[in-house]
Order: sequence, then structure tokens, then C-alpha cells
Amino acid sequence: MKPAPFGYADPTSLDEALTLLAEDGAKVLAGGQSLLPLLSMRLASPATLVDINRIPGLDSVAVSGDGVRVGALVRHVDLLHHAEAARVQPLLARATANVAHPAIRNRGTTVGSIAHADPSGEMTSVLALTGGSVTVATPGGPQTVDWADFFVGPLETSVHGPAVVTEAFFPALPPRSGTAFEEVSRRKGDYAVCGAGVTVTLDEDSRVSSVRAAYISVGLVPEVHDLTEAVAGRTVAEADWSAAADLARTLVDPDGDLHASADYRRLLVGVLTERTLARAAEEAQTR
Amino acid sequence: MTTKLFGEPVRRREDLRLITGRGRYTDDIGHGALAAAFVRSPYAHARITGIDVNGALDVEGVVAVYTYEDLVGPMAEPLPVLIPHPQLTAPRTGYPLARDVVQHVGEAVVMVVATDRYVAEDVCDRIVVTYEELPVVVGVDAAREAAHAVHEDVPDNVAARHHQETGDVEAALAASTHTLSFTQYIERSACMPMEGKGVHAVWDHDDASLRVHTSTQASTSVRAAIAAKLQLSLEKVEVVAPDVGGGFGVKIVHPWPEELLVPMAAIALGQPVHWAEDRREHFISSAHEREQRQEITVGYDDEGRVTALDVRGWHDNGAYTPYGIIVPIVTATQLVGPYAIPVYRVRIDSVYTNTVIVTPYRGAGRPQGCYAMERTMDRIAQDLGLDRAEVRRRNLIRPDQFPYDHHLTFQDGRPVIYDSGNYEGLLDKLVALVGWDSMDARREEAASRGKQLGVGMAMYVEGTGPGPYEGGHVQVLGSGKVLVSTGLTSQGQGHETAFAQIVAHELGVPIEDVEVTTGDTRRFGYAVGTFASRAAVMSGNAIALAARGVRAKALRIAADVLEADVEDLEIDEGLVQVKGTPGASIPLRTVAVLSNPLRYAFDEAARQATQFAGPGDDSKPPVAVGDAPGLEHVDYYSPIRSTFASGAHAAVVEIDPTTWEIDVVDYAVVHDCGNIVNPMIVEGQVHGGVAQGVGGALYERMAYDADGQLQNASFMDFLMPYASEVPDVVIDHQETPSPLNPLGLKGAGEAGVIPGTACIASAIEDAVGRRIAAMPISPTELYDLVRDPDAERVPTREGAPA
Repeated sequence: MKPAPFGYADPTSLDEALTLLAEDGAKVLAGGQSLLPLLSMRLASPATLVDINRIPGLDSVAVSGDGVRVGALVRHVDLLHHAEAARVQPLLARATANVAHPAIRNRGTTVGSIAHADPSGEMTSVLALTGGSVTVATPGGPQTVDWADFFVGPLETSVHGPAVVTEAFFPALPPRSGTAFEEVSRRKGDYAVCGAGVTVTLDEDSRVSSVRAAYISVGLVPEVHDLTEAVAGRTVAEADWSAAADLARTLVDPDGDLHASADYRRLLVGVLTERTLARAAEEAQTR
Repeated sequence: MTTKLFGEPVRRREDLRLITGRGRYTDDIGHGALAAAFVRSPYAHARITGIDVNGALDVEGVVAVYTYEDLVGPMAEPLPVLIPHPQLTAPRTGYPLARDVVQHVGEAVVMVVATDRYVAEDVCDRIVVTYEELPVVVGVDAAREAAHAVHEDVPDNVAARHHQETGDVEAALAASTHTLSFTQYIERSACMPMEGKGVHAVWDHDDASLRVHTSTQASTSVRAAIAAKLQLSLEKVEVVAPDVGGGFGVKIVHPWPEELLVPMAAIALGQPVHWAEDRREHFISSAHEREQRQEITVGYDDEGRVTALDVRGWHDNGAYTPYGIIVPIVTATQLVGPYAIPVYRVRIDSVYTNTVIVTPYRGAGRPQGCYAMERTMDRIAQDLGLDRAEVRRRNLIRPDQFPYDHHLTFQDGRPVIYDSGNYEGLLDKLVALVGWDSMDARREEAASRGKQLGVGMAMYVEGTGPGPYEGGHVQVLGSGKVLVSTGLTSQGQGHETAFAQIVAHELGVPIEDVEVTTGDTRRFGYAVGTFASRAAVMSGNAIALAARGVRAKALRIAADVLEADVEDLEIDEGLVQVKGTPGASIPLRTVAVLSNPLRYAFDEAARQATQFAGPGDDSKPPVAVGDAPGLEHVDYYSPIRSTFASGAHAAVVEIDPTTWEIDVVDYAVVHDCGNIVNPMIVEGQVHGGVAQGVGGALYERMAYDADGQLQNASFMDFLMPYASEVPDVVIDHQETPSPLNPLGLKGAGEAGVIPGTACIASAIEDAVGRRIAAMPISPTELYDLVRDPDAERVPTREGAPA
């Protein structure tokens, strides 16, 4: 349980970091909560860890009317307690509360979790559900990559070559919209057996106009499912959320593993969809 | 008396050290030592066809590489079968490093010694071992079917056929009014101490002596094993168990290969060598427990009284049997629990599989026995439409039936004779504690919240404190300090506190003056070990006897000085005084000084014991014939047989019928371990045991695939309950002293874990109305069970016949 030999560099600028990352086998280290266990178990053996923690300007949460920009060094715990961010996009705090345990939230970064592209991670799906994007620093300059183009497979993104994901952008929750987030895990703080994040938007007549859901630990990459057709045009009181849940069950294609069969995950997709939609719709009536 | 401490909830004196990072574990010892690491088999069953170390020898920092070919003398022989048994007809053990064939993933093949652990692992990565794969046997049913053999010369995979019976069970079953038969399974879990194994060895070349620190539950026996295997004289080997970060049974097994190989390398290299087991190693190369298949047939009358019980079991012992068949014997003999079973037959085959060895884990076969018996009680109740508590009550051994002879032979080779108990008292207290008779209201309240509530109970009897013996040494110094040592080891149980309480109480000294040392062969060479809930019973009584010996000697010397009769003296707060005569006293520390007649006054205290210090009796030698200098005493406690503790647990569960999540909302424990030295420590033991019971029932399993690969060999996927998953535990005590030992103690260490699986299975069954026949159970499995149209339905309410 000791890492193989690796080099370590702690650049103080993005340019320096990108130069270092151009070397073969160089890998970005931010919070280290996923990467360092992989090193210790010798499941990963990068030649060099490029520690970005000393690069200035990456540790801020910037909130505007458009949404929330989260820098690469923002820890989960910072987002969890960021009241202004929560007001603009409530999913951020709601999802972050489900990220592991306090010790991990204190060190782990939200952007690192997204760059790790683990389909069991909460924030990958939140990025997808909110229609967010990431900003990637490359030798050719910064690029913005939409979430749908970013996630390629489990632990795999479309970003190759020397690059640092410097920021994630989560668009603001639209007016007359509500959100909810809920997970089922084997133990408190574990990776979700299944999790669901949802957004419900009402039209000006307070009728359901959009219902979207994204799931955790279901599928290989984050997916957003449009469940609007099951309840479109209904008032919140009339809406049959179980119909949306039934639709969700037909749209997902979960796998089984040690902790849950595919059938059980499909069951939970329905249960969590129904529960979260009801809460999100209530909230939508108040915003 | 201010020093009367027996029975008081004294705060654990070791905790400040242990929880503020000042514990001294094997990994804290010997900075700068060379580090060992192991290349372990990646296959569950394979023949080694080659080991190529050439690519590894140029790594900077490599010191030595060992394979089986480097082992000589007794080291080249198989590891010992620690506990032979006549029914263990095909015992097999591995070698310290694999010879020709590996029998499970994780078996050590090559040992590397390097300047540090990082380098040692780099070297391991470059060693190429080639294998020819052999057919793999995983699981108790595959072993039983024996399509393939684990050991070539044991074609049926049966290591032992354990068999005991108390009468003609088939005739008794035939004569029974009712019978029922069923099959059930219980899966593997493991001890998972916070600190894995660890060994540090230093060889003193000039003195030709070896000092080994090892994270063990049996330092004296490790010492003997090292001396035997490395061909050293016993007095040249010292073994110390320092602070040990949990044991739970796995560290009673010895010698582990590493406990021999690390000292071997230290001697060969003339440098200290250290090895700390990592978590993956602990998963794949230490020990597991619990897996059994149980086929049970029970006969009973219209009242639910058992008339005959026949148990056919298969116990998965993993790849080897170094610890013999202790686990299946314990299952077989403790299965009967608190019940009078007129005719009982048990036959358990202990079978080989290509998996990690199975040796005692807290409970050590008892959870499986309890699971068999208690699920039988539930079935009888369901079949007859009787209350589950009432069926148990009708079968209990009555208080006037003790000592109660089960006519079975226990793990210590002695008869299973229950020394004392009050099982009806336990049941009464449990029913009251959990509110057994008012569950209907709780079910309704839970249903109003959309939850299904169920309650289950389970009772057990635990044979504790088996022999052969333990010893204690108590010595009063001239400073007034009281040194206590015993050979058995501590793994966090609170021995320092409990043993100090016993000595302070027996000797009449402040507890602050008492220092306790355990598990250090330099201090006490004769011991058996810490297992089977035996430390308080065995060492506690031995230490009490040693303290009484010191007290007798102190009173004899003080009587001389004070010119009083021994009978008129008492000791309190470290002062020997004539009862009722204030001022006629002498400090115990002065007695200690006087007990050792001196020629030389090396300090002020010593001056009092020198030849011209006071008037002497010229007609007697300074040390009387038959006496010895010093105020100290060694004594031993060796029991005629084990003492039997008992208890009853109840669990209340709530099931979410949409997600099938299982929440243990209440957990009640009634516990009887005889006289209690320290109730706070006993309750702590119960809490920890219940946590492991919940883990075994709902979370923990060793997920082997068909190739014998352990799929969840990390704490990410092997789910031990967090504090958030362990219910609050309410405890009620009952104290039925043991007549077998001077202090009236029974063991308390393992009790908390024993009924967990049985009682939580019962509660879930009660909640969902489906038969639970395999444990542990997870939400995904419960979902499968409730939607399986063939799943057996059971009545969920008392008084509703099936």
C-alpha cells in the first residue's frame, strides 16, 4: 500500500503547470481524495504529480445572476456552506451534502471530482443536470467544454494532452423552478447505490413545463433524462409523479455490482424520482 | 474503605494514552529498521512454475529476497497444527513461504527486505512468479460436492468430521409429535482490527538473543514457536505484545508466517527488520470466519418444547487448518444455548476451500450456533402459533437445574457443564427492556409513517474462561508502587484498569499506585493467551490470588514490627494498621523495604533494611527458611472447566417498503457475566460486540468470485458499520456469580456479537413476513426476497398459525 516512485512539482502558475503536464505520465493533483488512494494501491503510477494547490486564483466561488463559477481549488465544504451559491443554484449545497464524509469534503475539490468523471460522483451529475460546463486551461489558451462533450466514459473525459480544468460553471436555477437531491447508500456517506437530482420548472400558469432528472451510480456517464411528457401541463397538485418515475425507470440502464442488482437500482431510480420531484415541485411554486 | 474498587465504573486509565496518539503499536517501534514486504499469490489455486527475481535485484535499496528455497530446518516444514483433535483427520497447513502450490489468493510466495517499505514494494513489483492454474473450490457447497480437491491428497475436501450426540436422535425424532426441517446459510466476515498484524525483530549478535515485538494475542506461545522454528534456545528469545490495535481473534493464530520470517531475516541480516500488514494483506492473507451451511431437524411437542434436535452442518475452514476445528466445535457445543434439549446430535464437516483460512473471530462459532438454535425457536413458535418469547421460556434450563450437564465435550476438552445461570431472569428483563408485549402499537405507529416494523430476539450461552491456566505476579516496591504482570496480552479491552482495580481492592492500595504489564515475556513467561473471553476470568483470578499472597506476607511482616496478631491487622490506602488502634500502623512501602534484608544502603528507604538499622533477632536467619526476600507473590489460576456466561438480545427494525432499506431502531441487551469488575468496561465490550453483530447481520461479507478472487478487499467495498449504522444499545445487567473461581467472574468479551445475526434475522422476518434463510441480508437481497413468488411466507404476528 505504498505508491510506486513518482515525481512531484508544485508550480505557482498555470503556464508552469501546463509545461509540467506536457511530460509523459504527468497528472494533476488537487484534493487527492481519489487519486492518492489509487496511487497507494498501485492502481495508478503517474510519473509526476503536478500539485496545483499553489496556483493563485483558483480557489474562489463566483456567484452571478447567470450561475455559479467554482474554481479548481474550491473544496466541497466551501460549496456546501456557500449561502449565495445555494440561493442561485440550490442543487450545489444539496448535492455536496451527500459527498462522502466531512474529512473528505474538507480536502476534496468539486472540480477535481468532476474531472475524475466517476459516474458515482454527485457533482458530475449536477453539472449535467444544470447544463453546466467546464473551463480548461490548455497551452493554446482556455477552452470551454459543455458537460455533454466532457464526459466520455467512466473515469474518462474528452480532455487530452496538457490541460487543467480550472473552473466549473453551474447555470442558475431558472425562475419558477425547484430542485431536490436524494441518495440511497449502504452506509451514511458511502458512494450512492443510487442517487437522483431533479429540476422541475413551471410555466406562468403554474403548470409543469419541464421535468429533468440525472442519476448517480446509474450508467457509465452522467445522463439527463427529460421526464416532462409524463406530467406536462399539470398543476403541481394534479401531477402524478409516479408516472414520471415509471418513465424514468424505462429510460435508465443501470448495472449491477456487489452492493445492488440492476433491478434494485432501477427500483430506486423510480422511488427517488418520485420523492424528489414532489419536493422540487413544491419548491418551484415558491420561486 | 476508599480502596474498595471491585465493581466500580472506574474510567479506563489506558484511554488517554490510546486516544491521544501516545499508544505504542508495532509500527511505532524501530524506526530505521529494514522493511519487509511480500509477493503474494494472485491465484486461488495454482502450481508455482518459476520465480524470477533477476529484474528486482538492481533496485536501489533491496537487501534480501527469500523464497521457499531459502528456508532451512524446521522453517522448511509446514506450519504447526496448533490445536490437534482426533476428529481432525486430514489437517493441512501451509509453509512460511509457498512451496510448489498456492491454495488461496494472498498466500505469501516471496519475502523482500529493503531499506524501506516503498522500496520493498517496488522490488515486489519486479519479481515475476509464473503459475499453472489449478481448479478452484469456493464456497461450502462446492467443497462438499468435491468436483475438485483443494489438497490433492484430500479428495473429499473434508478436514474433519465433528460429531457429538447425547442420545438416539432418530428415535427421538420419530417419537416427536411435530418435526420440521430447514436449511440455512451464514456468510463470511472477519475481525478487521484497526491495526493489522505487525512484527519487529532485533537480533543481538553478541548476546545471540532475539527480541520480537508482534501484534499478537499470545506472546508466550509466539515466543515458543519462534524458538522452535528458528532453533533458538527459549531463554534467548523475548516476545512483547506492545499496544495492540484490536485483535478480535485473528491475532490468536500463530505463528503467522511473518512472525517467523521477519525474525529469520533479522538474524540472517544482523539488522532490525520490520513488517506492518496493510489492509489488503489483512483481507487476503490473515483469517476470516462464520461461513456455514446448516441443515436442522427439530422435534417438539404441542407446547413447543423441543424433544429432539439434529444438526447437520458444513463449515468452510478455508485453505488450511492451523487452528484446528475450534470454530466448528464451538458451534456444535454452544448451539444448545440456554435450552434443555433432551436428545441432541450434531455433525459438522469442516471442509477445505481455496480461500483465506477460517479461525476464530469474536464469537468464534457461537454466532452460527445461536443462529441455528434461535431460528429453530422462531420456527417452532410460528408453526404452533405461539409467542416467540413463550416458546423460548418453555425450553429454558430452570434456575434449579444448575450445574447443568449437556453431556457434550467443549473446545477445551472438558465437559459442557453450565456452572450457574438464571435464564428466565434474562428473558423477563429482556421482554420488559424492549417492550416485547407492546409491539403492536409500535407497528401501527411505524405503519403510519410508511414503515414496516419488526422485532426479534435471541438468547445465548457462552462458555468463557477456558484453561489451562493463567498467572499473575504482584510486587510491592519500596516506593509504594505496586507492579502487576500477567502473561496474557491486551488489545484494548481495558485490562490495565480492570486488573489494577482487582489488585487495589485485594491489597488495599490506591489504584494510582498500581502499574499493570501484560503480554511481555520478559515480565511473565507462562501464559496461554487472550481469547474466548478469558482475560478477566483467568488472569483476573490469578492476579487476585497473587495479591492475596502479597497481602498475607505483608501482614506477617507488619505483625512482627507492630507486635500484633495478623488477624488484628488491615490494609487500607497502602497503610497496614492495627484495627481500631489509630497510630499503630506501618506503610506498606516500608513493609516492602523490610521484606528484603539488605547489606547496602543505596538510598534512604534501603537504609531501614540494613543490618545495623534496628534490633534484630540473632537466633534466626535474616530470611527465614522457606521464605524469600521481597514483597511479591506469583500465583496461578487453573479452572476445572469453563464458566458459562449468558444473555438475551432483542432488535427492533424498521423496513422502508419502497427502498427496502433496513434500519435497526432499537437494540436491547440483557447480559450476565457473573460478578462484574467494572460495569463501564463490560458495557463498552457489549457496545462493540453489538456493532460487530449489526455488521455481520446487515453489511459485512467476503465477496469471493468463482475464481477465488476476493472482490471487496478494501474498506471501500467491505462495509463495516459506521457509528451512523449502529443503533443505540440499552443494557440491563444480571449478576449470577460463577461458583468456579474466587472472584465469581464470567467472561464478557465476545457476548455482544453472538446473537446479532439471529435476532436481526428474526426481526426482519417479523417485519416483512418472508422467511430469511441466509444472512447477512442487504436491501437489494431483501427486495429480491419480497418479490420472489416462491419465497416462503411466515406469519408476522404472534398467535397466527401458519
